[in-house]
Amino acid sequence: MKSMLMGRMKDLGILLVLVVLVIAFSILSPNFLDPSNIFNITRQIATLGIVAVGFSFVLITGGIDLSVGYQISVNVVVTGMLMSQLGVPWYLAVILSLVLGVLIGTINGLIVTFTGVAPLIVTLSMMMILNGISYLVSKGLPVFGFPREFSFLGQGAVAGIPVSLLVLIVVWAIGLFVLNKTPLGRYFYAIGNNVEAARLSGVPTRATLITVYALCGLFTAIGAILLLSRLNSAQSATGAGFEFSVLTACVLGGISVMGGRGSLFGAFVGVLIVGVLDNGLVLLNVSEYVQLVIKGVILLTAVIYDATSKNSAGRRKQIGGVSIFRQGAKAAA
Amino acid sequence: MSAPGGIDVRLSGITKEYPGVVALGGVSLELRAGEVHAIVGENGAGKSTLIKVLAGAVPATSGSITVDGQEFTKLTPALAQSLGIAVIYQEFTLVPSLTAAENVFLGHFLKRGAVLDRKSMDRIAAEQFARLGVRIDPRVQVGELTTGYQQIVEIAKALSRNARLLIMDEPSAPLTAAEVEAMYGVVDALKAEGMTIVYISHRMDEIFRLADRVSVLRDGQYVTTRGITETTRRELINLMVGRELSDGYPQRESAPGDVSLRVSGLTGNGVQDIHFEARAGEILGFGGLIGAGRTELAELLFGAKPLESGEVTLRGQSVVARSPRAAIGHRIALAPEDRKRHGLVLEFSIQDNITLPHVAEFAKAGVVDRKAERALADKYMADLRIKAPSPNEIVGNLSGGNQQKVVLAKWLSTAPEVLIFDEPTRGIDVGARAEIYRIMNALADEGRTILMISSDMEELIGMSDRIIVLREGIQQGVLAKEEITQESVMALAAEGEIV
Repeated sequence: MKSMLMGRMKDLGILLVLVVLVIAFSILSPNFLDPSNIFNITRQIATLGIVAVGFSFVLITGGIDLSVGYQISVNVVVTGMLMSQLGVPWYLAVILSLVLGVLIGTINGLIVTFTGVAPLIVTLSMMMILNGISYLVSKGLPVFGFPREFSFLGQGAVAGIPVSLLVLIVVWAIGLFVLNKTPLGRYFYAIGNNVEAARLSGVPTRATLITVYALCGLFTAIGAILLLSRLNSAQSATGAGFEFSVLTACVLGGISVMGGRGSLFGAFVGVLIVGVLDNGLVLLNVSEYVQLVIKGVILLTAVIYDATSKNSAGRRKQIGGVSIFRQGAKAAA
Repeated sequence: MSAPGGIDVRLSGITKEYPGVVALGGVSLELRAGEVHAIVGENGAGKSTLIKVLAGAVPATSGSITVDGQEFTKLTPALAQSLGIAVIYQEFTLVPSLTAAENVFLGHFLKRGAVLDRKSMDRIAAEQFARLGVRIDPRVQVGELTTGYQQIVEIAKALSRNARLLIMDEPSAPLTAAEVEAMYGVVDALKAEGMTIVYISHRMDEIFRLADRVSVLRDGQYVTTRGITETTRRELINLMVGRELSDGYPQRESAPGDVSLRVSGLTGNGVQDIHFEARAGEILGFGGLIGAGRTELAELLFGAKPLESGEVTLRGQSVVARSPRAAIGHRIALAPEDRKRHGLVLEFSIQDNITLPHVAEFAKAGVVDRKAERALADKYMADLRIKAPSPNEIVGNLSGGNQQKVVLAKWLSTAPEVLIFDEPTRGIDVGARAEIYRIMNALADEGRTILMISSDMEELIGMSDRIIVLREGIQQGVLAKEEITQESVMALAAEGEIV
């Protein structure tokens, strides 16, 4: 009970950070609160928010998926070429894109589960592989020329509400449902807290871990489709660095990189903070390089806070290390 | 390395308050140089806090500690160490990837110039281990050692720091009978050298074997100190629990039924060719030393480790399990030795731990029915008398006895026919132990088959209908009820070893 209360207070603390940021940007930039800019922000955070759901799942199991950025690159390039060069109908391309996402995620999950190599290393390698593949497929050239209907997903609106926002809301509802209401969500937390106790309690740890990476791939594909639709073009650099934005959002929101802890509510606030920050810094004409430094400092701060908060320090001692560096081996044992 | 004579330590009115809790309320105690002073009390009596205050790990709220005539109101870990106070905690402070010798010398490595003097360290560490009656290769990685051997390294490490007051927090808990005997020898030798030893334990036999005097704590209060010859087991237990409690093991009219579990030629995970039959309603004990293969056998039966060959049947059906999940499906359960690491998700609530093996069965259209979960948790909390404010209490906050009951509740809710208990009462206080025994007996009376691994000889003999003894992964024999004695078990367990 006490820890739940503390969790809530942590959520509220991060909410306060968001409020302060919004106030600061609205003072510094008169355009910030402009309805068209708000509309813009919601479209910009759609992809981040959707990927954050799957990414949060993975973090909660004690893993990490650094390949999400280049999963997006491969996905937008492949989906874009399906439509523009092979003439595949947009809805079929969307379905194939989702299949591709699940496939990549499943490969990550299989390697993590059956080799016991740390998820950090597995997905870092996958990130490089996907980066290469995206360039090979696109030959380094931008891909464009999609059917008009396709652009509706990322740019259109229904009753004044952006479609991408609607998709985001649906994905978040599904995420909340899976995490809080289903056995699968319980397994995520159990594995993240103590994979060996979970396994010895009959939790299907391997199947759960493969599923979590597959889900991460699926959500990443959904985010990629919206991004592709919004940008109306794709290139290999599209998803570069995205993994760090997602990681920052999740950790800011209180999802522990040590696994087992955090809520999607918190992660959502984290997504809003990153989204507002991205938008506000651009409005203020802060240079891209300065933006990088700011974001890096924020990620570092969030991770340090996570690692040094009282709960985590105790847990680390108890479980003997940061789990993303060692979780796979036990699950595979 | 020899103890340069023990120290007199006097605690006066030591009080330690945490917000809302008085962990220690004005405890005064006198520890005399060269004595073995046992401190007993149930979990939560304040023993751990007292140790931490003595070691300087937590400051006392009030009171003072006088060491060899010098009075301190606050000790720090460094100060306590320089005074020669050393603690062997239940949780070791070893680095698994370093060698045994490196661990012994951790923080004060021997050097030759700027280079580590491994030869000297290995030699001295080996001497220390020999003195503790155990042969450990000083160059073996500590992570490769079993818990029992790790503890020996831990003790050697404390000795290498010229400890004059050695505080041992339930040192025998993870040891097998032979190792306990060896450890008694060490305690005797250290005492002969004049070392002051504070010995924390739940086990009456070792207190009466080792201690000169014994102090009792209860609910953070000092109760009394007695010379060991002036008291009895029964009196100590009553002083600890503050009420009359029957000593020993609950009597059970054992009436084993038909053979339920048949194991033949079981090989793998370090055990070879295990054969036995167990009956419904029987408590079948497993004796042996550390590393004898008992836990490994349990892991095989439970599907936690892969089987190389052999057959396991339950009422005629093959129940060879390829995973714990499969074993649970075959109605086999395992309450593991290390319940904090393997038995429970400590960050989960009581309720979520109990339903973890079958949470999917609580799902209606994909949604877990928390009300049904709650009802189940409430039922088991009442049945097993789990002491906690609600099923939402985080398991990590419970005492060892209540944690073990949560493990049992989890398994009972899967309706197992075979329950494997690996060290069922390790680290559990006297009152809760009796309850665990009562539950185990009740389960046997219901016709379930109980396999119990225990390194506590009294428990093994007191609870088992028959005992199978393993040594080095090989079955040494089966002892029928009337054949069971401490000597007959040890004769099989430790053949060829010095007991």
